[in-house]
Amino acid sequence: MGVFFYITAAIAVFSTAMVVTRFNIMHALLYLIVSLLSVAVIFYLYGAPYMASLEIIVYAGAIMVLIIFFVMMLNLGPESTRLEKQWLKPGMWMAPALFCVILLGELVYLIAQNHTPVTGIKEVTPKEVGRSLFGPYILAVELSAMLLMAGIVGAYHLGRQQPKTLHRFLQSKPS
Amino acid sequence: MTLAGILFVLGLISMLIRRNMIFMLLSVEIMLNAAGLAFIVASSHWAQPDGQVMFMFILSMAAAEVSVGLALVLQLYHQLKSLDSDEASRMKG
Repeated sequence: MGVFFYITAAIAVFSTAMVVTRFNIMHALLYLIVSLLSVAVIFYLYGAPYMASLEIIVYAGAIMVLIIFFVMMLNLGPESTRLEKQWLKPGMWMAPALFCVILLGELVYLIAQNHTPVTGIKEVTPKEVGRSLFGPYILAVELSAMLLMAGIVGAYHLGRQQPKTLHRFLQSKPS
Repeated sequence: MTLAGILFVLGLISMLIRRNMIFMLLSVEIMLNAAGLAFIVASSHWAQPDGQVMFMFILSMAAAEVSVGLALVLQLYHQLKSLDSDEASRMKG
């Protein structure tokens, strides 16, 4: 347990530092995905496997896809394919791929070993989480549903392509 | 717990030193993730499900925040043709 935690923590800190220091947004996103995956492995180590899978699905899946779509929307054009070839040099994706392989190896080893958390850490099962979520926290669940609804409406409203409006004094006079 | 602190500080530093708006959004993600990590560790330390419930709320909040934030950055990019946050600070009215 200890060794696995320290390996995963080192990967998390290193990849987060790489996120902070990259200049290229795509490289930063690759390292951020590695960082999220390592945090998910730490959740698994701490006896929260359901949260680990949620972290991978929502953070590393949905949010990262959203940001990548956004970055792809911003630099359209013929030079983007050339840039993409230039970005995907083997040296750039080799390190995140290596980290991912290390994390996968840890996870497979832990699952194959029928991992139980060390003494002092009690595993909190998804059943307890669900009972607590829909028991005392039911009001917060409703509130987060309202928040997501507001997020959808706000993103749609802000994301519309508005026609360019200029003040009538600023427009050039048709003469 | 220390790991959560380190990750949070890294996100905060990135928030302060980067002027690119997408990087600032990413650092907000890092900080939220570190807070969630602290919640999970506390939850398993005291063997209570409350921390994991809070992590689920953080997750849904982060999803809503990212969608609205990206839409805002898109509008700013269309207005200013740049992702520099200093450009937006000159915006009046």
